[in-house]
Amino acid sequence: MGGILVIAEQRRGELRPVSLELITAAQGLRAAGDAVAVALLAADPARLVDPLKVAGVDEIITVQTAAAEFDPDAFEAAVGALISARSPSVVLIAHSIDSFGYAAALAARQGFGFATDVFKVERIEGELVATRGGYGQKVCVEVDFPGRSTVLLAVRATMFKAPDRAGSPAVTSFAAPSVVSRAEGGDFIEASAADDVDMTAAEFILTIGRGVGEEAKIAQFRELADVIGATLGCSRPIADAGWLPKSRQVGQSGKTASACRLYIAMGVSGAIQHLAGMKHVSTIIAVNSDAGASIFGVAKYGIVGDIFEIAEELRRHF
Amino acid sequence: MKILVAVKQVAALDEDFVIGADGRDVDAEFLIRDLNEWDDFSLEEAVRIKEAAADPVEVVVVSIGPEEADEVLRKCLAKGADRAVRIWDEAVAGSDPIAIARILAAVARQEAPDMLLAGVQSSDHGFASTGIATAGFLGWPHGAVVASLAYTSGEKSAVFRRELEGGLLHQVTIQCPAVLTIQAGINTPRYASLRSIKQAAAKPIDVRNLADVGISAHEVGEQGSLSHVRRMYIPDKGHAQLIEGSAAEQAKRLAGIIRAFKGEA
Repeated sequence: MGGILVIAEQRRGELRPVSLELITAAQGLRAAGDAVAVALLAADPARLVDPLKVAGVDEIITVQTAAAEFDPDAFEAAVGALISARSPSVVLIAHSIDSFGYAAALAARQGFGFATDVFKVERIEGELVATRGGYGQKVCVEVDFPGRSTVLLAVRATMFKAPDRAGSPAVTSFAAPSVVSRAEGGDFIEASAADDVDMTAAEFILTIGRGVGEEAKIAQFRELADVIGATLGCSRPIADAGWLPKSRQVGQSGKTASACRLYIAMGVSGAIQHLAGMKHVSTIIAVNSDAGASIFGVAKYGIVGDIFEIAEELRRHF
Repeated sequence: MKILVAVKQVAALDEDFVIGADGRDVDAEFLIRDLNEWDDFSLEEAVRIKEAAADPVEVVVVSIGPEEADEVLRKCLAKGADRAVRIWDEAVAGSDPIAIARILAAVARQEAPDMLLAGVQSSDHGFASTGIATAGFLGWPHGAVVASLAYTSGEKSAVFRRELEGGLLHQVTIQCPAVLTIQAGINTPRYASLRSIKQAAAKPIDVRNLADVGISAHEVGEQGSLSHVRRMYIPDKGHAQLIEGSAAEQAKRLAGIIRAFKGEA
C-alpha cells in the first residue's frame, strides 16, 4: 500500500523524455518508506526498460499492451488495474496529448484526486499539494485533495530535470486486463510541410503571434526576418488562421526548434504550450505591448512597446 | 440526428486584477467573460456536419453556468446552433471540471445525441479534462485533441486525426456515439451575421436545474470535485531585463544583441 506510481510514456518505440522528468518529480513526494515504481505500457515494453534504470526508481513494471501505440480504452483499463493492485497514494503521468485521452475519464470513474498541467508538487505538513496556472497562467493555483487516498497528477513537461545518475531497480511485469477497444489507432502522419523551412535547424528565429493583428501585416515581418537573417516563425493562432504554413509554427505542438539560440517573439503573449516548447533557448527577447504578457516570464530581455514601431525602427539598422 | 456541443463561458483578467478576500480566486469584478476559444471551433465543426448531412441534424449547445452564461449560448445560436440548454444551481459554484462533467453526462443521457463535441481545453484554467471526464461518466468511446474529423451524422464510426506533440498526427477510427475534444485550428469558425444575432436574441434558452437532470447537490460543487483550491496567488513577475527608452532606442539595443549573436559586433 502507498508509494508513488509513475506512468512512463513511449511513442513509436521511443521513450518520451517527460517520463524521466516524472521520476524526479516523484522524489520530492516520497514519504517515509515510499517506493517509486515506474510503469511502462507498450507492445514490447522490455525494449525500453534500460533508459528507465535511473536513480530514484525502486521498481520498473512492464505492462504489455495489445496495440502498438496509445489506445484510450486499453490505457484506462491497464492503469486502472495497476492502481487497484498497488494502491499508490500518488500517480504521476505526463500532461500530454496521450494523457488528455484517458486520464480524466479514469479519475472521474474511480474518484481519484485529480489535477492536470501541474508544475509543482510538494507535501505541506504531510498534505499533498499541487500547483498549476490559472487565467492564462496569470495566477498560480494551489490545490489539495482532501479525503482522496489516491491522487492522479498530470505533470507539465520540461518543469523537472531528468535524473542524472543510473540506478538498479527491480524489473517486474503486470498483466493488463484484456479490453475490446472502441478506438482503433492507425497511421502516423507528419503535419504537411507547405514550404520547405526546417524550424528544427534554425538558430535564429523571429516569431510573430496574435499581436500582428491581420494577415496583411505578415509581409512586414517576413521582410524584417530576411534582412536580419532570422527564420520567420509563428505561434499557433497565426498558423491556425492560415496566415503562415503550419511548418512555421513553433512551440510544443509545432516543430521543436531544438537548434534555436536566439529567439525574438513579437506580439506573442506566451500560451503555456508555446513557452514550454521554447524555454530551452538561451536568449529569448520578447516584444509585446502588454507588460503583463506571460512571455516576459521566460524572456531574457523584454521590450514593452508597439511591435510595428519596433519592427520599423529595427529595420533601419540592417 | 443530434450533435451535442458543450461550451463554457471563460474568464480573462482585466488589468490590475486583485485576488478576492478569501484568497482562492480573482475578485469577480476583474473578470472579462467570453466564449471559450476552443468551443468556437467545436461548434463550427458541429454546424458543418449538420450542413453536410442528407438528413436533418439538430445542433444543441449546453453550458453549465449562471444566467450570464446565456450570452455565450446566444452567440452559439447566432452561429448556427439550433437549441441552447443551460444548467445552473447555486450548489454548482466551486465545481472542478470533473463535477461539471458529471452534469454534462446527465444532460447527454437526456438528450441522447449521436456525437458529443467539446473543446480540448478552456482558455482560462486549461485542465483539458471536462470532455474526456464526461465520456468517462457516460462510458462512451472518446478521442482527444482532434485536428481533423471525417464524420457523417448518424454513422456508426468516425475517423479523426489527433494532433500529437512535435507536429505529428495520429489517425484513429472510433465507434459512435463518442465524445471528441476539438483542437483549435480544425476549421475557420464563421462570424455571426447581424440578422442571425437578432434572431438568436429572441430564441428561448432552456434552463434546467440539478433536479431536472437527476443530479444531487452533493455530487457537484466542492464536494463533488476531485481537487480543492487552497489558495490562488499572483506569481513573481518574470526575470526579463526590460529594455527601456523610445522605440528607436529599444530597437538600437535589439539590433546590437542581434549583431553580437551573429558575431558582427
